[in-house]
Amino acid sequence: MSTNPAPTGPHTAGSPGPAGPASSAAATPALTEGQASRPPGMLRRVIAQPQARIGAVLAGIVVLLALAGPLLLPWATGYSSTDFAGRPFQPDGVLGTDNLGRDVLSRFLDGGTRLLLYAALATLLGLVLGTVLGMLAAYRGGRIDSVIMRGNDVLLAIPQLVFALLAITVLGPQGWVLVTVIGVTHAPRIARVARAATASVINEDYIKAAQMYAVPQWKILFSEVLPNITGPLMVELGLRMTYSIGAVASLSFLGLGMQPPTADWGLMINENRIALVLQPWGVILPVIAIALLTVGINLIADSLARASATLNVEDKE
Amino acid sequence: MIARMIVKRLLISVVILLLVSLLVFFATLLLPGDPARAILGQQATPERLAALREQMGLNDPVWLRYLSWLGGLFIGDFGTSAATGGPVSELLGDRIGASLVLMVLAAVIAVPAGILVGTYSALRRGRGGDHTASGVTLVLAALPEFVIGIVLITLFSTTVFTLLPSVTMAPPGEQVWNYPSQLVLPVVTLALVVAPYIVRMMRATMIEVLDSGYVEMARLKGVPERQVILRHALPHALAPVAQVIAIQLAWLAGGIVVIEFLFRYPGMGQALVDAVANRDVQVVQAISMLIAALYVVVNLLADIVGILTNPKLRTEA
Repeated sequence: MSTNPAPTGPHTAGSPGPAGPASSAAATPALTEGQASRPPGMLRRVIAQPQARIGAVLAGIVVLLALAGPLLLPWATGYSSTDFAGRPFQPDGVLGTDNLGRDVLSRFLDGGTRLLLYAALATLLGLVLGTVLGMLAAYRGGRIDSVIMRGNDVLLAIPQLVFALLAITVLGPQGWVLVTVIGVTHAPRIARVARAATASVINEDYIKAAQMYAVPQWKILFSEVLPNITGPLMVELGLRMTYSIGAVASLSFLGLGMQPPTADWGLMINENRIALVLQPWGVILPVIAIALLTVGINLIADSLARASATLNVEDKE
Repeated sequence: MIARMIVKRLLISVVILLLVSLLVFFATLLLPGDPARAILGQQATPERLAALREQMGLNDPVWLRYLSWLGGLFIGDFGTSAATGGPVSELLGDRIGASLVLMVLAAVIAVPAGILVGTYSALRRGRGGDHTASGVTLVLAALPEFVIGIVLITLFSTTVFTLLPSVTMAPPGEQVWNYPSQLVLPVVTLALVVAPYIVRMMRATMIEVLDSGYVEMARLKGVPERQVILRHALPHALAPVAQVIAIQLAWLAGGIVVIEFLFRYPGMGQALVDAVANRDVQVVQAISMLIAALYVVVNLLADIVGILTNPKLRTEA
């Protein structure tokens, strides 16, 4: 077994971006082994790991906060101040007010929903595109394979953020642009994983059987191949979600994602960091929320990778 | 055999860069509005607009404009900035050097630190030190880079301690490296983003090598432990890690964007963000191409290192 990310593979020209934290040792064997038994066993293995539970709790708290935050607004809003930065725990709001005299707590409560939604949609888009392209490349092989994978290499030759900035220059900072561009930049990375996973199952007997019955190609891909490559795809999904949250938040932080006066965690950090000394809460709250969210999801992704790795180790024995 | 593979990789990289340049150029053609008007402003007379359009070659066919733009890149002519009215190369001159300083310093710190911590983790596998290192790297790997940067700023320059400057403020014309204290936080942030992946890969391969037959053999022969690690284990563990290192260094090319914006560091990334905000197309094109070129070159080096260090390829020849 090798932990080496196979430099001999035919499609390493672009290299798979920053090697995902969980994709190092644990995820590699998962790609090469056929996934014999899955979901129930896999899920139990994931939950059995304390770090998965910690991750689920951390991410769960922030997701709940982001989704329920807007509902809590009636109890939090109503504060505003003419001061540059109101002091916390004063009549002008529990955590004070920001650079424009707006209540920090209300903006924080309202600022997570869009980030989460955009990140989830972008990840989903990347997953769908990447999985379809990857499966198609591996299953059809030949010219389709090389066209898809060369296209991947070109997309991979531009750093994700630079690609996003290029798209935003042309199309402007709008929600659908953020979702599409982040999804599209995820797709080649997911396609590689899907292609490798598909390649390891297409020679199995059940695929050959389906082919002999003349099952249409799309049906083979979706009902025979797809269920057997969910392991590596789940790991990749977790990783990509972490990166999506980072990307959406980073773009908003750069002032090129969500536009003012939208309440958004990334944008809040950008707006309030000039007053970090006077009014730290406007920066610290969203920073903590984003940190807990990404760390939590990454912990889950890492235990998914471990779970599918141990699964394979036991298969071999 | 090896030479042929390297030449093939080289050609692939050139083709990829050409395709990237097509993408960068034709994406910006979708932009609404007239570049000549963007430079001259709303008050420009039709005659002056027509003259500038002729001078900028906007009346030429698209493919001719693409070729002259591409040709300009090779001789350092990146076009005219709509925001400053001056040539783009003038705008970028010092900034390229400043960005390279940041990247090289981050790499020089992160690579040895990553290898050291990874080796230490592998040697103390399963003990306290290893668990701490694994936990810290997992958290760091999940955090978006600007979150790490903000946390460092609150810790070291504003709220907890006030030791280091949080923004770069070299007077115009002076070089950034004349103010080493201003470089500390951006460099440390970048190093903290890049190092975790190196640590995790190093730990994984080192553990594999330490379990191998030849390390056991060396120990059984009575070779001192120190020499076993330095002479027998470490060199063999480094080869797979070299690829991860190269991928991380390539990541730096895009990663500087957010970090430079956060610390107001006068580099290419900051210029890119400003240009996107101003919709300064020529500058966005030039910087995207520069970053993509850097990214492709480092990835190419990674592949070459991978080819040269892979013993399987050597014996096949």
